[in-house]
Amino acid sequence: MSLIIDHVEKSYDAVKALKKVNFEVNDGELFGLIGPDGAGKTTLFRIMASLVIPDAGHCLIQGHNVVKDYREVRKIIGYMPGRFSLYMDLSVEENLAFYAQVFGTTVDENYDLIRDVYEQIAPFKKRLAGKLSGGMKQKLALSCALIHRPEVLILDEPTTGVDAVSRMEFWDMLKKIQKEGITIVVSTPYMDEAELCDRVGLIQKGSLLEITDPSKPYDKDETQLFSLKSKRGIYTCLERVRRLEECRHAWLFGDQLHVTLRSERDAIQIKSILDSWDDSTLEWTKITPTIEDRFMGLIERETEKSHNNGETI
Amino acid sequence: MLPIIFVVPVFQMILLTYAANLEMKGISMAVVDQDYSQASRQLVSHFKGSPFFEINFVTNNYQEAEDELTNDNVDVILHMQHDFEKNLYREKYTDLQLVVNAINATEAGLINAYCTQIITAFNNQGNKAVLEIIPRYWYNPLLDFKIYMFSGILVIIVTLIGMLLTALNLVREKEMGTTEQINVTPIRKYQFIMAKLLPFMVIALFELAFGLLIGRLLFGLPIVGSLGLLFLFTCVYLLTVLGIGLFLSTISNTQQQLMYMAFFFMLTFILMSGVFTPADSMPAWAQKINLANPVAYFMRVIRMILLKGSGFADISREFYSLCLYATLILTLAITNYRKTT
Repeated sequence: MSLIIDHVEKSYDAVKALKKVNFEVNDGELFGLIGPDGAGKTTLFRIMASLVIPDAGHCLIQGHNVVKDYREVRKIIGYMPGRFSLYMDLSVEENLAFYAQVFGTTVDENYDLIRDVYEQIAPFKKRLAGKLSGGMKQKLALSCALIHRPEVLILDEPTTGVDAVSRMEFWDMLKKIQKEGITIVVSTPYMDEAELCDRVGLIQKGSLLEITDPSKPYDKDETQLFSLKSKRGIYTCLERVRRLEECRHAWLFGDQLHVTLRSERDAIQIKSILDSWDDSTLEWTKITPTIEDRFMGLIERETEKSHNNGETI
Repeated sequence: MLPIIFVVPVFQMILLTYAANLEMKGISMAVVDQDYSQASRQLVSHFKGSPFFEINFVTNNYQEAEDELTNDNVDVILHMQHDFEKNLYREKYTDLQLVVNAINATEAGLINAYCTQIITAFNNQGNKAVLEIIPRYWYNPLLDFKIYMFSGILVIIVTLIGMLLTALNLVREKEMGTTEQINVTPIRKYQFIMAKLLPFMVIALFELAFGLLIGRLLFGLPIVGSLGLLFLFTCVYLLTVLGIGLFLSTISNTQQQLMYMAFFFMLTFILMSGVFTPADSMPAWAQKINLANPVAYFMRVIRMILLKGSGFADISREFYSLCLYATLILTLAITNYRKTT
């Protein structure tokens, strides 16, 4: 096991940022942690990076406890914070050389590992890091996090605020790094990136809801999923569907709605209701759920549960 | 940033030394002469002859003079009554009134002192048997105020760089988030803090050398004592103020918080250090507080070494006190600096 998170808890004053989070990451795995803003991803990542001490539970990286053996941990991890944290007033190559030196190595020694990433920003190596574009900053940060050939790479929302093309390039690079035998833990708020991981954990309000393998079909998914399209205002449509008794959950998915029902018997019932709306542009189809649907369903269910328990957010 | 660090202090040194001067010239005086005698005219001519006084208003009506004072046209009224000369020669004793505008207490004290000196001189004229006191001012024979001020301003500049710049630098890293990345590296706390300390220490020492050079060339600042001793003492002093700056930066998260606290400490330290007013004239409790004021030690020692030529034995108490101070505050700063939360 490269990473063991064992019943980790953390509170900030009255806010419970993490509630008994429990999971493991295998050697050489690309593990994704997905969840909305404020779910506790960053807190969890800062605990892994030995920057935050958990209130309870343990976090082990390659067998080293992040609290007790933090010195060992810091030698074997590469951490890339969500916010660009390199020196803005140093140039690209100065930053890289600085971090190499701080870790007691040189740029040349591990250049083969960062070549793919670094060559993309090499033309700008004399430029100050603060003057780079968002995508280039990410590549530089990744290079600096890799320069000491870490065993575990911890990336906190590396693609937030990066354009779609750069995001795809970034994930291609991660796949290559994974092939070098480096375990990668990455968090993201984007559902589409979840599909690119070996395994994905869904985190919501400090709790880990589920861990799934995106490549496997959701056979245990108990409810059927439908998509609803309409050319007459999707938002009014969403409100109307949500008011229906047969509808369990409904959410926006691009330009359409995804709907789950309370029971399978309601499928025929709902069809006739939709017909009565007298909207010829309505399209109602049964679909196979993606990981995003799976997670949206889970999140909706969790919210419902906490409402029923009278919990406040 | 670097040019600012050097240009601003030079400007400060030159401007403040000339401007923050306790010598008063051109004190505006009103004379109320109700005697019109030889003696009264003689006294007035004594004031006229002094470079410090300008007689701007002469009257025989006291009320008029008082109006001038309340309208802020004159700083002081010299009032001689009609039997001024008669009493002086017959009784060997006469009354004289001096009314001083004391809006600014320091200024009033100075005016009073100047007047008293002139009046004493006038007194002694007719009286041969009086002891004449000729003061000799040691270590600053011409009472050149600029020399005294300059050494004080040098202390302020060195303190400013030592305390404020270091602290700001560290908090800025916190604000920018660069500590987040540095903290996960194997760099040790003391290494990081040392790396933050040393550059500013070098800059501050350079600034001191630069300042001494300017003082020597521009103001004829005497350097009686050993420069080596001065720099040695400055190193210890800098470790102390850098330590205070670092400590402040460990307990604040933003530059704003830090600026507020640093200003509070610096203003208190500097005003109590004896740069403008002598520290020895402060009340006993304030002098106790001053034991925790590193600026006061340095202020005393820089003047002792530069003007008086004190050796190590003379400043050893201050030296060892600051060594202890530096050790304590740096330990506190390093232990208080957290790489984790």
